[in-house]
Amino acid sequence: MSDKTVDRVAAATPAPVARKIKGLSDRAIAWIFVAPTIFLLLAINIFPLIWTIRLSFTNYKANRINREPEFIGLRNYERILTDSDIWLNMQATAHFLFWTIFFQVLIGFTLAWLINKKFKGNDLWTTIIVLPMMLSPAVVGNFWKFLYQPQIGLFNYIVGFFTGKDPSSFEMLGSVNLAPWSIVIVDTWMWTPFVMLICLAGLRSIPDYIYEAAEIDRASKIRQFFTITIPMVLPFLMLAVLFRGIENFKMFDLVVQLTGGGPGSTTELTSINLKREAFEKWRTGYASAYAIILFVTVFGLASIYVKALNKVKER
Amino acid sequence: MSSFSVTEPTNRTKWFAGTLVIAYALITMIPLVWIGLTGFKSPADAISYPPKYVIGSDSEAGFQPTLEGYVNLFTTRTRQTQDYLDANPPENWADEIVRQYDMVIVGPSKFGERFMNSVIIGFGSTFLSVFLGTLAAYAFSRFKIPLADDLLFFILSTRMMPPIAVAIPIFLMYRQLGLSDTHLGMILLYTAVNISLAVWLLKSFIDGIPTEYEEAALIDGYTRFQAFYKVVLPQAATGIASTAIFCLIFAWNEYAFAVLLTTANAQTAPPFIPTIIGIGGLDWPAIAAGVTLFLLPVMIFTILLRKHLLRGITFGAVRK
Repeated sequence: MSDKTVDRVAAATPAPVARKIKGLSDRAIAWIFVAPTIFLLLAINIFPLIWTIRLSFTNYKANRINREPEFIGLRNYERILTDSDIWLNMQATAHFLFWTIFFQVLIGFTLAWLINKKFKGNDLWTTIIVLPMMLSPAVVGNFWKFLYQPQIGLFNYIVGFFTGKDPSSFEMLGSVNLAPWSIVIVDTWMWTPFVMLICLAGLRSIPDYIYEAAEIDRASKIRQFFTITIPMVLPFLMLAVLFRGIENFKMFDLVVQLTGGGPGSTTELTSINLKREAFEKWRTGYASAYAIILFVTVFGLASIYVKALNKVKER
Repeated sequence: MSSFSVTEPTNRTKWFAGTLVIAYALITMIPLVWIGLTGFKSPADAISYPPKYVIGSDSEAGFQPTLEGYVNLFTTRTRQTQDYLDANPPENWADEIVRQYDMVIVGPSKFGERFMNSVIIGFGSTFLSVFLGTLAAYAFSRFKIPLADDLLFFILSTRMMPPIAVAIPIFLMYRQLGLSDTHLGMILLYTAVNISLAVWLLKSFIDGIPTEYEEAALIDGYTRFQAFYKVVLPQAATGIASTAIFCLIFAWNEYAFAVLLTTANAQTAPPFIPTIIGIGGLDWPAIAAGVTLFLLPVMIFTILLRKHLLRGITFGAVRK
């Protein structure tokens, strides 16, 4: 806080005079300014969360308003954690998380590294690369579905053109083996730019004099890359992974439009499964417990990760 | 400036890097270009094999552009008997287009309405989040607020919740308050989601404005509120504008809440576009036309305002 002059003036002025001079006191203004935001977040984020926790101990069904919900203790949690289908959804989510992050980090970092070579027009091309991540994920899922159509889709045609395979011989969305990869491809197409931008910010934060010093010490370019570039970008890269991890753990809109969780439940990520339980089967209490379990999982994993991240930063 | 720097990449490196990046950019644009083209195809051309990509050519890979997709997107049509068609000649060019399928236009489709809902909810929630966000950000930036860091973290952490998890109680809450499927309900919801980002972004902008200006204004007899309104706000204008764009893009793109909490009255475009049905299945040119119209504003925004947007995206990382 650097408004010391003001504080001193304010402190030296008797309270009634101060009010006359400055209108409302700073304290009052601070609260008037912050209160609406806090109120809105309490009403639309925290209150619903508490309500979800309460519902998770009941067998409430939202489509039967007249039936009194019963308190059933931890039974919802027990049923979820012992359900083998839910572990399959968790596996699908883990597959999706791992491979999207793997490809996005690999391609995103490479692109950032290349863009940082400051070739002519790199601004314009960066913007073009960024376009996919600005679009609506549901709409992106919808038109990729068109590209993935087995007979008429452009994706199959291009793959067929380069590999000589018959474009109608494989179905990206209809096959149990390929569907999990089809969602990885679209997510990578859409979100690689995000990892790229964060890596670029990291690369640009490295001061030139470090490389100049290394050059004077006659360190090779490869050695500079591994002992300067990588360690200095790592905290940024890890942050990008954190953001993508949280987002993709919540993933719903893109995949629901693309595959709807199918075929079977091979691409049924936890969020899609949760939506089914809550808004199709209307098992509100059960779904609430499910939501809490997912929420705790994200928070737990994220905080462990943030600890690791802070350790990397301290080095 | 020195003519030689050890950190400046060589021309060959630049050329090599440039080629690879441009190649990636071009590949990444293929799906978007393809959707743009599909919007101008007839349903038969849209699903032909091999794909047609040359506009206005008669060759095997060519197609004649048509506005059919756009006409179908904005209208509802019915099939009519030959007698009716003969008795009523087409009234305009759009009518002319649907006549080739023995159909007549009977009215507008829902697309215009849904698009307007997206506009109303998008701008409404953006205005509200930026308005509340600016106030809160100013307070966090300039005043000593007890537990400020905890409050700020609390504000940010609300973004970690999966939308579906929040949607269950909000669905119940809105049902009781009569906010389901209303513009106001969606505006409040999107504001609550956006405000965390708005407060953080705006705080970083306001932190960057020197406090000396306000102090001078206060000594000149301005009230604190006048100082905020007449001195700080004009200087924060750029920051406010780029925050607004972020909020607008989020609200514009959002799908999960929209599909769960709206059905007709306040439904936005993202849940509507995939449901456009033509004769005998999905009407891909009409869907492509809708997708194009829906995505184009965001793409234009991104290109025009790239400097501010890129700062916002990397902000979380750069702040450390």
